[in-house]
Amino acid sequence: MIAIIDYGAGNLRSIRRALEINGAETVITSDADVIRKADAVVLPGVGHAGHAIGEIDRRGLTPAIRETVEAGKPFLGICVGMQVLFEHQEEGDTQGFGFLRGDVRSIEGAAKLPHIGWNRVEATETDNTLDEGYFYFVHSFVANPTDPEDIAATSTYGECFPVVVKSANVWGTQFHPEKSGPAGIEFLASWVNEVDRATKERWAAGE
Amino acid sequence: MTAIGTKQATLTRRVIPCLDVTDGRVVKGIEFVNLRDAGDPVELAAFYDREGADELVFLDITATSDSRNTMVDVIERTADQIFIPLTVGGGVRSTADIKQLLRAGADKVSINSAAIANPSLISEGAEIFGSQCIVVAIDTKRDPETGRWIVYSHGGRKSVGVDAIEWAAKVAQLGAGELLVTSMDRDGTRDGYDLELLEAIAGAVSIPLIASGGAGTLQHLAEGLAPGRADAVLAASIFHFGDFRVQDAKEHLAKQGIPVRP
Repeated sequence: MIAIIDYGAGNLRSIRRALEINGAETVITSDADVIRKADAVVLPGVGHAGHAIGEIDRRGLTPAIRETVEAGKPFLGICVGMQVLFEHQEEGDTQGFGFLRGDVRSIEGAAKLPHIGWNRVEATETDNTLDEGYFYFVHSFVANPTDPEDIAATSTYGECFPVVVKSANVWGTQFHPEKSGPAGIEFLASWVNEVDRATKERWAAGE
Repeated sequence: MTAIGTKQATLTRRVIPCLDVTDGRVVKGIEFVNLRDAGDPVELAAFYDREGADELVFLDITATSDSRNTMVDVIERTADQIFIPLTVGGGVRSTADIKQLLRAGADKVSINSAAIANPSLISEGAEIFGSQCIVVAIDTKRDPETGRWIVYSHGGRKSVGVDAIEWAAKVAQLGAGELLVTSMDRDGTRDGYDLELLEAIAGAVSIPLIASGGAGTLQHLAEGLAPGRADAVLAASIFHFGDFRVQDAKEHLAKQGIPVRP
């Protein structure tokens, strides 16, 4: 079971359906116990990073999120849900969860913000599993990881920035895979495979 | 594969078909393709998705409270099978309306008359849901005497008396994430977008601009997307009537050197 965290952000239906057509069982939840019991967790996100962190906290979900990550379960943050996995957030001048090292700041060098639309994604040398192609973006802030090896793919808008980050069980995408047509569905398929693999491994370890 | 990516601009310009919906049915259904039900917005949305549309817009042109519930059902069924961004507009009056549409599966809402009557709806919507899902639609017509573009509300029936360029700058400042600008002078004419209007608005704001009203040829789309004008083009009749396919539009734009999603 994959838990999709509901903290009042916008459209959760698309990510749920996109995971389901890849064969995953999902639940949309704002219940900490449901998150704790899940095999994997998706933190979706639109809007303001400071607001998102506040809403997650207000619902008492922060400890369950930390436990999920510390237990080594697959965790996927999308857009703002990825940004809050890092440390300092310029938007709202607040601290994120800090599962990934680095800060989040506004895009530099772009004539227009938000960066809205389909942009080309290029895999980095650290990760060759991603199919390059066009993915859908809506954001004004970007992550600035401390560890370059956490960057699995990049895009360019004003500047070059990470759009897929991976550090062990913690993955994040700056684009919206659930809004990126077949390319996005394909990306989520690879994550669902990773969830299956990790879940079987956990069972085999006797949990 | 590259170590740190290329520096070239790769953000593509968007081609967005718009469907007018009333009571759960598309007003002008497309007849040129073999669809089971050419008036079903869900089936049309799936068709345009297969055709390579970059986003879709549903405009609820009646937007009564009864039709709102029908629209929610349409959005849910669309979101269950279409994985590209969906904007819904028509009769969005409150943050509760916005929430209902987003929960159903819309990614953005388009606000028009209610933003004029109550500009704080833009800032409240942006604060709660994020700027990225607040599209402000501006319907405008040029005043032949002053040469200025004047904002109209209520589906273009009522002059607001406000300058469209000033209004665009104001809504951007209030937190709109995108503008959808319709030239009422050009709408339905197939004479092309009002390029001067697009340039004036693009020069006044630094948020993305979607052009609407007047597209009749593929070259019109290219003209609307030229540098200093729009970031996306909305088009209805040129696709609905089967004059052109979305893929034709993409190929034409690519030949002109305009970046598009293949």
